Amino acid sequence: MEAAQALADLVEISSQIESAVLAKSDGSLLASTLADEERSRAVIHEALDLVGGDGNPTQVEAILPEGCVFVVRDDERLVVAVTGRDPTSGLVFYDLKTCLRLAGEEPEAAKEAAVPRRRRKKEEEAAEAEPAQAQAAEEASDGEG
Amino acid sequence: MAKGKFAAVAVAVGSALGAAAIWRRRSGQGSERVEVYYADGSMVTFPEGTDEAARLLPVARRVLWQARS
Repeated sequence: MEAAQALADLVEISSQIESAVLAKSDGSLLASTLADEERSRAVIHEALDLVGGDGNPTQVEAILPEGCVFVVRDDERLVVAVTGRDPTSGLVFYDLKTCLRLAGEEPEAAKEAAVPRRRRKKEEEAAEAEPAQAQAAEEASDGEG
Repeated sequence: MAKGKFAAVAVAVGSALGAAAIWRRRSGQGSERVEVYYADGSMVTFPEGTDEAARLLPVARRVLWQARS
């Protein structure tokens, strides 16, 4: 999935996230919900500092009276998000990890993952019904002949 | 009589400390901290006043400022 799409999905899914920035591990910007590219780069620069401590942290949450900052990273990318006060940390981390996973998936796989479960179920049911319909049509044509 | 006065002062001081603690918690002061998670599943909390928090909290504050300005 395209990084911008993964980030747009993240902000749409999580009402707690005010803004988010996605980047490669080396700090190069992939996508941002911030309008200003320079500020996005500054956010990534600071985020790299947050997860750059001893022991190679994979996730960081900074809790401040004015809001919270979340950083999640994997081997190739990192995502930074800003929330208001008292967010549900577990949910925010889950959404950020999903965003990273989707951003790293091949376009076709991500497209498949993005198909709503209900629609996928309908498609599966239709695929199951197809051979039965073909067989019924065959039997009908045999009966006519 | 002296015992009664002592008890009254003790109750007053205790109430004041309790009220201060509740106010402090509700206003969010003193709750600044950084929680760091590692690949092995472990997590360390650095509360305000620790060296690591002193390093990381200003960084987080700059992220908030950049994201909101």
